[in-house]
Amino acid sequence: MKKVIMGNHALSYGAMLSRAQVIAAYPITPQTQVVELLSEMCADGTLNAKFIKVESEHSAMAACLGASLAGARTFTATSAQGLALMHELLHWASGGRLPVVMGNINRAMAPGWSIWTDQNDSLSQRDTGWIQFYCASNQEVLDTVIQAFKVSEKLMIPSMIVLDAFALSHTYEVVDVPDQDKVDAYLPPFNPPFRLTPDDPHAFGGLTSPEHYMELRYKLQKDMEKVPALVEETGKEYEKMFGRYLGQVDEYLCDDAEFIFVTSGTAGYTARVVVDELREKGIKAGNLRIKLFRPFPFEKVRSILSKVPKVAVVDRNISYGHHGIFYQEVKSAMYGQPHQPVIFGFITGLGGRDITRDTFKEIADYALSKSQAEEEIVWIGVKK
Amino acid sequence: MIEIRFHGRGGQGTVVASKILADALAKEGNYVQAYPEFGVERRGAPVFAFIRIDNKPIYDKSRIYTPDHVVVVDPTLVEAIDVTEGLKDGGYIIINSDKKPEEFKFPSRYKVFTINATEIAVKHKLGTLAAPIVNTAIVGAVVKILNLTKLESLVEAIREGVPLKPEDNIKAAIEAYEKA
Amino acid sequence: MSKKKEAKKIVFNSEKEMPIVAMSIGSMLYNKTGAWRNIKPVIDLSKCIKCGICWKFCPDASIDIIDDWPQINYDYCKGCGICAEECPQKCIVMVEEEK
Ligand code: SF4
Ligand code: SF4
Repeated sequence: MKKVIMGNHALSYGAMLSRAQVIAAYPITPQTQVVELLSEMCADGTLNAKFIKVESEHSAMAACLGASLAGARTFTATSAQGLALMHELLHWASGGRLPVVMGNINRAMAPGWSIWTDQNDSLSQRDTGWIQFYCASNQEVLDTVIQAFKVSEKLMIPSMIVLDAFALSHTYEVVDVPDQDKVDAYLPPFNPPFRLTPDDPHAFGGLTSPEHYMELRYKLQKDMEKVPALVEETGKEYEKMFGRYLGQVDEYLCDDAEFIFVTSGTAGYTARVVVDELREKGIKAGNLRIKLFRPFPFEKVRSILSKVPKVAVVDRNISYGHHGIFYQEVKSAMYGQPHQPVIFGFITGLGGRDITRDTFKEIADYALSKSQAEEEIVWIGVKK
Repeated sequence: MIEIRFHGRGGQGTVVASKILADALAKEGNYVQAYPEFGVERRGAPVFAFIRIDNKPIYDKSRIYTPDHVVVVDPTLVEAIDVTEGLKDGGYIIINSDKKPEEFKFPSRYKVFTINATEIAVKHKLGTLAAPIVNTAIVGAVVKILNLTKLESLVEAIREGVPLKPEDNIKAAIEAYEKA
Repeated sequence: MSKKKEAKKIVFNSEKEMPIVAMSIGSMLYNKTGAWRNIKPVIDLSKCIKCGICWKFCPDASIDIIDDWPQINYDYCKGCGICAEECPQKCIVMVEEEK
């Protein structure tokens, strides 16, 4: 059924259709509506789930971990400072191999206090062992929640669904809300390989000596490496059932491109419009929107960028003292490849500053007029 | 693609107006993107809501700076702020007002329309006399003036999307549609 | 009461044999923590009211309830003294291990 819904509600509907059994969350702007709708659904019986009220995000994730360990399909959502407060428990989720699915609304980190979008909150959690999907439309948000449960539960690794504050969270779009029975056919009930139960008592997360710790990490990494293929497989299966393919990346006119934007989030959709405009002017442009950020889709990125002379990576984030984070990742993916494109790194749109068609035009002008970047980081839009 | 900006004051249901319009448009197979001003809404302060409409998927996720048309939900805003900021030449300015269009001094490159949505809202007992809820009436007029959807689609959208007094809201929208 | 498990040393020769998550798999049974003890709890059952508090509080599950009566498993009791502290009847005393 087609519905006009905001991105936050796309998360709620995704969790509802996935039949989440436990939801524990603490409200924070701009995530609030996700939890509001889910708590209403729990109250009126639309969703047969236990909604656990908590006093902080740290507790929210802690409750999710307990529920997940007991074998419940578990969902939560947060943003920015809330995500940062969860940090310790994000490691517990992945190390404990608990397939919690969480929505994170990308909001800039304070101070200065901000409620607007950028990616530093979720990218600061890059190394916590969570799968990260960056979405560009409300439809993609809803679909990806369902897919994420499937991927997470198969590999026992938690997933984060990331969406831009306001540009998605509060923006209404037409979304095809799939039928429950079809989602049930796609996503079977959660049946974990281990669980906390009195029938077979075990303690979890106990002291692990140097003799065993490294093997556990090795196994987590090995399972992480299985994610890209599983995203392809489950994405194609989703396409067969629902008509929408859910991939690791969204490539737009990359095949014959001589210049490619590498983007993420909503900016990755705006870039497509500029690609069209550049093509009208005879410039063979393309756009590679990275959707799966962790694990990094090395193969996809390599195969697409190995044919193109110039690449402009557009980051709405920064690793202070280094570069934009997608820029680092793309460069590391291309290191040692037979063909090395010239890769430019741009930083723009921090703290919710809009990334417009003009932003991308400026980026294209810069990259197309130079054979090499003159600065390690090219800032777009800083008032100098 | 059509881009419209709504001007209102916090608490008047300006965002709801854009949402109802989006619902009505979606019923006819259009692609829409409707969003409030990005930030915090305060009662009484000038607020904006935006809507993009197209017959194909909308990929531009940046904000709207040069709308094709503007809708002014609260007439006092005409004096308070520049409602024509960025408005494209030939753009329509649709104002909730009891005045005639020619009483407003806008540059001739814009076309002005007025609809007395406040009177219609009061007549149908929407909101209070001091703070009438005019959004459904305004949308009724907008749909007609800009020829955006059939009246039935709007009626359906209000019936499904307005929890309080849907039938009175529908009557208000129909009356505004007919008068516009 | 949980079923008794056999105490055997579990050795992993490769990561493939390991669970994916740190979890107890019975290896603690092999680890006879009774050897850690330098004082040991002794229960005077004549004062015991069979409340089970000692059983509940023992951090190492070293107290079994057998026919309603508490019984300390000295293979594993490490002599922490919590049971003696918690017993409402004060019928558990900690005595020096004989050297
Ligand atoms: S001394 Fe400590 S370990 Fe031993 S039985 Fe008492 S509580 Fe358990
Ligand atoms: S706590 Fe004391 S009284 Fe209670 S069962 Fe143990 S020994 Fe007996």
